[in-house]
Amino acid sequence: MGKERLVTIRVNGQPVEAQVEPRRSLLDFLREDAGLTGTHTGCEHGICGTCTVLVDGEAVRSCLMLAVQANGRDVFTVEGLARGEKLHPLQESFWKHHALQCGYCTPGMLIAAYDLLKRNPSPTEAQVRDALAGNICRCTGYVQIVEGVLEAAANLREKAETPHGEPSV
Amino acid sequence: MANPPYKWISQRVRVREDRRFLTGQGRYVGDIRLAGMLEVAVLASPYAHALIKSIDVEDAIKQPGVVLAITGADLARDTDPIPQFLDLPRVRWYSLATDRVRFAGEGVAAVVATSRAAAEDALDFIKVEYEPLPALADPEAAMAPGAPVLHPDHGSNIAWQGAWTWGDVDGDFRRADRVVKTRLRWSRHSGVPLETFGTVAAWNSRLELLDVWASHQAPALSAQISTVLRFPSNRIRIHADLDVGGSYGAKRGQKQIALTTYLAMRTRRPLRYLEDRLENMAAGDGHGPDRVFDAELALSRTGECLSLRLHTVDDVGAYVGRGPLQIAKCITAIVGPYRIGSVRYSGLAVMTNKTNQNPYRGFGQSPHNFVLERLMDMAATELGLDRVEIRRRNLIPPEAFPYLIPSGSRYDSGDYPAVLDKALALAAYPNLLRFQAEARSQGRCIGIGIAACIEPSGANTAFFALMNPKHKTSLVPEGARVGVDSRGKITVAIGFASTGQSHETMVSQVIAEVMDIAPEEVAVIRADSLAGIPSVPPTGSRMSLMLSGAVLGAAQKILAKMKRIAAHNLGVDPETVEYAGGVFRRKDGSGAGLAFAEVALIAHTRKHQMPPDMEGGLSELYVMEVPGGGHLPDVAGRMQSYPAYTFSVHIPVVEVNPRTGEVRFLDYFAAHDCGTPIHPDIVEGMVYGGIAQGIGAALFEKFVYAEDGQFLSSTFMDYLLPSANEIPPIKMVEHVTPGPHHPFGAKGTAEGGYLTAPAAVASAVEDALSPLGVRVTELPMTPALLLALIGNGRRR
Ligand code: FES
Ligand code: FES
Repeated sequence: MGKERLVTIRVNGQPVEAQVEPRRSLLDFLREDAGLTGTHTGCEHGICGTCTVLVDGEAVRSCLMLAVQANGRDVFTVEGLARGEKLHPLQESFWKHHALQCGYCTPGMLIAAYDLLKRNPSPTEAQVRDALAGNICRCTGYVQIVEGVLEAAANLREKAETPHGEPSV
Repeated sequence: MANPPYKWISQRVRVREDRRFLTGQGRYVGDIRLAGMLEVAVLASPYAHALIKSIDVEDAIKQPGVVLAITGADLARDTDPIPQFLDLPRVRWYSLATDRVRFAGEGVAAVVATSRAAAEDALDFIKVEYEPLPALADPEAAMAPGAPVLHPDHGSNIAWQGAWTWGDVDGDFRRADRVVKTRLRWSRHSGVPLETFGTVAAWNSRLELLDVWASHQAPALSAQISTVLRFPSNRIRIHADLDVGGSYGAKRGQKQIALTTYLAMRTRRPLRYLEDRLENMAAGDGHGPDRVFDAELALSRTGECLSLRLHTVDDVGAYVGRGPLQIAKCITAIVGPYRIGSVRYSGLAVMTNKTNQNPYRGFGQSPHNFVLERLMDMAATELGLDRVEIRRRNLIPPEAFPYLIPSGSRYDSGDYPAVLDKALALAAYPNLLRFQAEARSQGRCIGIGIAACIEPSGANTAFFALMNPKHKTSLVPEGARVGVDSRGKITVAIGFASTGQSHETMVSQVIAEVMDIAPEEVAVIRADSLAGIPSVPPTGSRMSLMLSGAVLGAAQKILAKMKRIAAHNLGVDPETVEYAGGVFRRKDGSGAGLAFAEVALIAHTRKHQMPPDMEGGLSELYVMEVPGGGHLPDVAGRMQSYPAYTFSVHIPVVEVNPRTGEVRFLDYFAAHDCGTPIHPDIVEGMVYGGIAQGIGAALFEKFVYAEDGQFLSSTFMDYLLPSANEIPPIKMVEHVTPGPHHPFGAKGTAEGGYLTAPAAVASAVEDALSPLGVRVTELPMTPALLLALIGNGRRR
């Protein structure tokens, strides 16, 4: 155990301040200190991807990053995707294709897909599968997830929208 | 899918649960926040088998934030052992080891502290002195004379043994032209949900009851906690308004719940125990069947299957939860989809130094199907028949339904040849064969797999009595309560937690269909265990049959009552009244009608407008019972167990790299008949997901133990879960043979993908490597195993 430190992390645009032990992971910070339980804990050793969030716009496994390392940075989580009642196009297409069952992998899957579409607005099916290969789903067999991502990409292209739901830094 | 008779059934309505998950608003057990909640950490044994000479928690109690530290002795003093499902009075199972540890990772002490970190820190201050004993990691070694015994009071490591013979097995084997015989190994793996097991428990001093939230899928949980804590079951409230992050049969958590509820009662403080991944893998009691099979199939010259002899040794782990009962489940479909005239089935459940076996998707039907389909492939090779042809010759024909199998089940309905044909058409099978021949001539190892499979659905656990005569379950009920309020709005209460099968959506579809409203208008809530709704959670592919039947039954009771009220007010006989489009009116269309909401208002507020003998209000419970159930097995071990039988055929296409042993999918085709699908997206999702878990079982997943009992697969770097790169795009075609036991013709569907895929992928890989003389008899087919088999094949 070490002395607690004060950290301030902007989560979905809102600053969150907390006293944390140096060993507190960003994942636990989000869940316990920020009270945002949408980001889930699957393995805590960097394999399953359920804890995926964006830190300064880059996809990160929040179980492998310490809260103190994220001090002063911008974090984007599943809770930031929708605008009020209006769902993000990825959420819409996941819903349409029923790209989930128990929902446990879903927040991490959405953030990983979001990250992909930011980098590559027109991915092929193989590219989608490759981009999601670091996110395990035990329920769906991935078929409907891949369909959902491809359709979201098409919808975003059509509306010429950027996939950004992230608040501007 | 064309489905003219229904407006909402079989339609792809929006899955209502999805919205909360997509917006990060799922509520899993780890998301529950109670004021002042404490956390639990458990000290794990480093030894697979050892006597506990002494244990001292005094220093741990003095650590910062620590509220309580206990050992197995506390549990042995204050609680009863956890109920086991076999009759083993001398195998005593507690959440923490008492005098002896029986697997690496077994808990020996628990600390309650203000945070999980503080509790884990305090574990370092617990002093335990062990005397190591020789450990057993192999079930056959555990049966050998002189083997160390895990439970000396029980006297041996054999938890159960039994045998059944249905029909003239010896005669059929004598008459056979050919007998194929093999030994098969089905390795330990499981559902491995991404959410580990967790429990939150809190003594509620205001209501004087124990509140429990657990990420479970365990029938009769209140009864179990009641037994362990010696506390009345009506003062234990299990909350069902909780989302479970995947279960697939595996989330039972008997000992975890027993420990957490004990600690909550003892401290009278809210607390939670959330397993970390290591605890979940090594000590979560979540491993599936772990079997050695000796199998023999008797055949005629023309490939007709005459008789099956099957013996299994199942490694059930250190204590006996529900897992070993998986040996008997396959009796409900012992011959699969084939006309096999007689069967001898025998088995042993053996205890070893591993974490407990628990159910996994299909309750043992997947290993059984692996055996049947391996035998079919072997028989085809032996008799020089085509692998599709030998199956076709033995499939139960459509005109034979209802079809009585030797072990007593009557399969309800099906058209197996039609489904097989659809699978072959989907795969463009002749083209596939041409492609394979061409690729082979270029030296590529291309394999086409084929497997057929029966998925028993509807869950009737009468077969438990075959392994434990004291376990007399001839009733597996599911209840639903439908209420209509004074404004005519409908709410349905169901009695179990969400584990991902979108039951709230199904409930809304059924109500929409019967009440002729839109599904969005129906509210669905999950009532707790004290609300009086008999419920067994989603096990045995039961809910599309059982829950929809319950909701339908309750809705029809409501409608019947409303019809009587309407008739009373219209001054006509209730028989002459019908309901459609929100209005009760005379069947001949004459006269005015009464709106649904008006009738609801009368039922709630206007006694003077109701038939005099009628109870006020609109609230009806209906309890669905398993069709054809209500009986225990007869003396010969025959029974009608599961009521409805789903059928699938899978055709995977693989390429194996003979230098690396890597298997790559070129395609995956599946044909599937689960009767009327209530929601096609939900059905497809479960089939795809089951196939992915089946591919995992076939190629990657295994809980590995070293010879000294140390557990080697405790992380996702050692236990490999397939990702989107390993699972191919899956192409699927549906066939609908309506189930006769359900008003909409539904059957179950959640298990079939996993029941079929391991057998199908084994068939594909063997086919790919058959030019190299490879026979597949063991899963998972890891690169190391395949390279060894290729090496052996070359030497032969
Ligand atoms: S919880 Fe972070 S990768 Fe699994
Ligand atoms: S939806 Fe359950 S793990 Fe992906």
